[in-house]
Amino acid sequence: MLQIGASLKRADAPQKLSGAAKYIDDYRLPGCLHGATLRTAIAYGRITKIDFAPTFPWDECVVARAADIPGANNVLFIEADQPLLTEDLVMHPMQAILIVGHPDRARAYESLKHIKVEYEEREPVLSIADSLAKKQLLRGEDNVFKRYLIEKGDISQGFAQADRIVEGEYRVPHQEQAYIENHGIASWVEPDGTIVVHGSLQCPYYVHKAMVKVFARPPERVRVINAVTGGAFGGKEDYPSVIAGHAALLALKSGRPVKLIYDRQEDMSATTKRHPAVVRHKTGVSKDGRLLAQDIEVVMDGGAFATCSGVVLSRGTLHATGAYECPNVRVRASVVATNTPPNGAFRGFGVPQTIFAAELQMEKIAAALSLDSLELRRRNAWRVGAVTATGQKLQESVGALKCLELCARRSRYLRKRQLYARWNSRKGNPTWRGIGFALCPHGAGFTGSGEVTLASRAAVVLTKDGAVRILAASTDLGQGAITIFTQIAAQALGLPPGLIEVEVPDTALVPNSGPTVASRTTMVIGGLIERAAGQLKDALAQAGGRAPRTHAALKKAAAALCGGRPELRFEVAYEKPADITWDDSLYRGEAYGVFSYAAVAVDLEVDRLTYEVRVRRVTTAQDIGKAINPTLAKGQIMGGTLQALGYALFERAVFQGGWMRNSQFTNYIIPSFADAPPMEVLLVEEPYSRGPHGAKGLGEMPMDVPAPAVVAAVHDATGFWFNEIPVLPENICGKFREAEKTK
Amino acid sequence: MRGSPGSMTVLRPRSAAEAVILCAKHPGCLPLAGGTDLMVLWNMGELNGRRVLDLSGVAEWRAVRKTAAGLRVGALATHAELRDDAFVRREFPLLAQAAAAVGAAQIQNRGTLGGNIANASPAGDTFPALAVYEAQIRVVSAKGERVIPFSEFFAGVKKTNLAPGELVSEIELPFPPSRPRRQLFRKVGTRAAMAISKTVAAGLLWLSPDHRVRELRFALGSMAPTVRRLRAVEEFARGKRLTAEVAAQACQLMSQDVCPIDDVRSTAEYRLRVSQNLLAAFLLG
Amino acid sequence: MISFTINGRKRAYKGPPFKRLIDVLREDFGLTGTKEGCGEGECGACTVLVDSKPVTSCLVPVCQMEGRRVETVESLGRERRLGPLQSSFLEHGGAQCGFCTPGVLMTASVLPKSAAGDPRAIRRALSGHLCRCTGYQTIVESVAKALRPKPRSRKR
Repeated sequence: MLQIGASLKRADAPQKLSGAAKYIDDYRLPGCLHGATLRTAIAYGRITKIDFAPTFPWDECVVARAADIPGANNVLFIEADQPLLTEDLVMHPMQAILIVGHPDRARAYESLKHIKVEYEEREPVLSIADSLAKKQLLRGEDNVFKRYLIEKGDISQGFAQADRIVEGEYRVPHQEQAYIENHGIASWVEPDGTIVVHGSLQCPYYVHKAMVKVFARPPERVRVINAVTGGAFGGKEDYPSVIAGHAALLALKSGRPVKLIYDRQEDMSATTKRHPAVVRHKTGVSKDGRLLAQDIEVVMDGGAFATCSGVVLSRGTLHATGAYECPNVRVRASVVATNTPPNGAFRGFGVPQTIFAAELQMEKIAAALSLDSLELRRRNAWRVGAVTATGQKLQESVGALKCLELCARRSRYLRKRQLYARWNSRKGNPTWRGIGFALCPHGAGFTGSGEVTLASRAAVVLTKDGAVRILAASTDLGQGAITIFTQIAAQALGLPPGLIEVEVPDTALVPNSGPTVASRTTMVIGGLIERAAGQLKDALAQAGGRAPRTHAALKKAAAALCGGRPELRFEVAYEKPADITWDDSLYRGEAYGVFSYAAVAVDLEVDRLTYEVRVRRVTTAQDIGKAINPTLAKGQIMGGTLQALGYALFERAVFQGGWMRNSQFTNYIIPSFADAPPMEVLLVEEPYSRGPHGAKGLGEMPMDVPAPAVVAAVHDATGFWFNEIPVLPENICGKFREAEKTK
Repeated sequence: MRGSPGSMTVLRPRSAAEAVILCAKHPGCLPLAGGTDLMVLWNMGELNGRRVLDLSGVAEWRAVRKTAAGLRVGALATHAELRDDAFVRREFPLLAQAAAAVGAAQIQNRGTLGGNIANASPAGDTFPALAVYEAQIRVVSAKGERVIPFSEFFAGVKKTNLAPGELVSEIELPFPPSRPRRQLFRKVGTRAAMAISKTVAAGLLWLSPDHRVRELRFALGSMAPTVRRLRAVEEFARGKRLTAEVAAQACQLMSQDVCPIDDVRSTAEYRLRVSQNLLAAFLLG
Repeated sequence: MISFTINGRKRAYKGPPFKRLIDVLREDFGLTGTKEGCGEGECGACTVLVDSKPVTSCLVPVCQMEGRRVETVESLGRERRLGPLQSSFLEHGGAQCGFCTPGVLMTASVLPKSAAGDPRAIRRALSGHLCRCTGYQTIVESVAKALRPKPRSRKR
């Protein structure tokens, strides 16, 4: 029975649907303390005094402070620049000062009101512009965390040859991941001194690595366990290490288990967001629409500490040109420090930012040439044999044009442009209508040598009783990792999926298969599991003469194969394909093993009385190599698409004084049932020879394309260009008023 | 979750008479109806240690009744009940539509009209409808009873003209003089559902046989500290034929009765412009 | 003391009267299927039925539950024996991370059969629920299919 390409029902759905699934706050932790975090109220300066009001019964509480940290007072991610707790230098609002624990959760929060903190304030740096102007020096000599330069050919020559030169500047804001389950961690110390962290997190080994440093423990004395996690989208990639450090420190200090569960306001205002960015394009084109020179500048706001900003910038930089071939390219990129809470990973990880700019730039170029933008894309899109800006020649699996054509056809894009032009010219209609298009690439897996550095390992275990377990550190955040791994292993073993279980991602039990990020879970870890399962299958076949196909046969073969041992483990490690070369210092070579591709058409209308935008339909075609489970794949695409519609039309994080003021669902607006359009999802499969069954990356790409398509559609509907998102009714209203004034 | 249950005192009157006595006896107690406003504050830890007057047991205040004069809505009637009531939908449709626009189903099942009014948010979705229907608010206290015209009920943002010890018991809506020629309820929110309004409008229009305005009633919420009837516009429109010119002039007069602001949800410019668009569209049919 | 019915069983609650219904269900009665996402009644994750009406339990003080009938997601079926609505979600991919799911199921469980062919009515009725994973479409499909009348099996 073919498992691949079958929409096997989610393995973890029954427990979720029945309410039996336990997320971290569902666990009873008898005798636990509830932690509450005291946070800074200024953006930049120093703490001069911390006063505990004597009238509050502090003997009811345990307080964990910086001085209690046994190891290093920093949360290691890539750099070690972010303190776990501060009682001195303040680098952003909502920075953690200390943790109070109390057996009663409300009382823990109440206690914070009885601690007075005094500060010596300094003028903060709250914008990219202020950071570049070095209003204060927050980092090094120039406030820059990281820089990249990509060069191909000679842009001055390219511009000299160009018939037209088009410039544009584009801006994208913070975006909040808004998973429905807030951050939460439980922690306790075992009798043997092992620190245990259990919670809502994407990357158990990232947390592990950070805790080893904070608590100065050997690796085997730290254990991190992923609980069923209610959504993450990148927001639980690095921040859990911060909460874990807080919870574990309080557990260590108090000798009691601790629960540190954020409420929505704290989660939204204190934890990581998508990096805001300013992207400038200068493009030289021939009059027949061929790209001749691309000069691109990217600046991102990293917030106060480095976290993963260098990598977000890297990925954004490597996607800055869009899915287009151009002989002369220069991309200069930097990410700068500001006195705001550090920004972090969010689905797309730099690509939504730079693709927003690249795709709108294509629209502008098309308009300047009086060429249809679909045609402009066609003339320049990557095909097999194209050479990217880093000099990578695309050898296989390039579905860009297939996605473009399929999406354009199914959405009736050209026909609708004509229809809507007529609709908009009629005075009596209640709305203006428009349709917009966008295309993107998305590199699958870690960039360049990243996968080599990660050196991921995964294993398949067979017990003597015939149970098959998959061991990997990949977490199921809702995307369906458990189910995909099960399908891949079942296929490789020739066994029904019901006989296969996926182990809980617990660092005491599973090898380090790296983080659940970068759209790598199916392609890279699925690939490892396929190999490991293949090794098990061979071993079973050797032992029994043929591979078992039933549970009974499996039990018999397992007993024989294991001999006296309780279980057999088949563990494999990532192997870099020999022909992938990447020069990290020059930023040249094969940036990614392969790219996935997506095209989208967004069909919307703008209300003539209220300027509200209603998306009527989305059509999207996405090349993911192979849909291991079509239902899960479509689910990812629809969910990511709606998040991107939110990015484009609704989600505005209002920052004042360096922190987010609308930190609640009431005023941070994510799309509701009534805002979500019907979506048609077309799966395109241009197989990748090195992905399991041809699979490439999928999880993030749906986020990359809708926002520029929305802006193009709003232009189609109203005639107004926007270079920034979200495009709110207020912004559209403003454009109409401006236009009236100039008449 | 920062509310501390152990810190709260709860009073649970079983009748209106008991409610007003307890209210008088405990100044500063917090009246609680459906809890959709109060519990949000409580969850934030802002009401710890307070005394709550839980009115949910006062059965006399639940009814939605038809009378000879119009509609009587008990303070504890929920938005869901108003939304679904056949009489309200037929005779006071703007109120039913407004009730259907408050929050979403779960909030409508718990939130009450009396609680909504007493909370006095500038953005109350039912308020423009109550304003154009010229509701009367019956309030009770240990000293007796009085009726406050809806137009005099609010003092400012989250402030009412209730005296200490007074509780809203009923909302009365008189039948409009006749079937209006045109009516409007429209809420413009932060998204298509479960939204707070940026502006919210209710309008009733009666025309004379020669197509002149006999009476116009138009109210806007979220456009001032309290809901506002557009008195200048209504006065101006009386007796006039509704031409494009008249509609444009009416829109200009709107600013005399409203003062929209920039806030986390929207801008003054947008609110004014959209409200003008809605008014103009209403007047021009 | 407050007496009410939870999932068909008579229960007595003896704690502070102002404890929230969500906390009473989760902590006093171990029914952790109901989740808290926002504490403001916006996300709908905490939705339970009170006298067959969906309400956000994070905003309900338990003192108002005297004599009422409360139903949570645990009443719809068990992990190994899902009810028809849950089975439809399983079939059509209506749940991803699962955190909004219990609340959605409760509101969906009281939708009229007439909504089966009306996706807009389903969306309107469920609009008090925020989901960040699915894009809503598979939820609407799961609910629509569950509301559809089941074909009767013919017997000879």
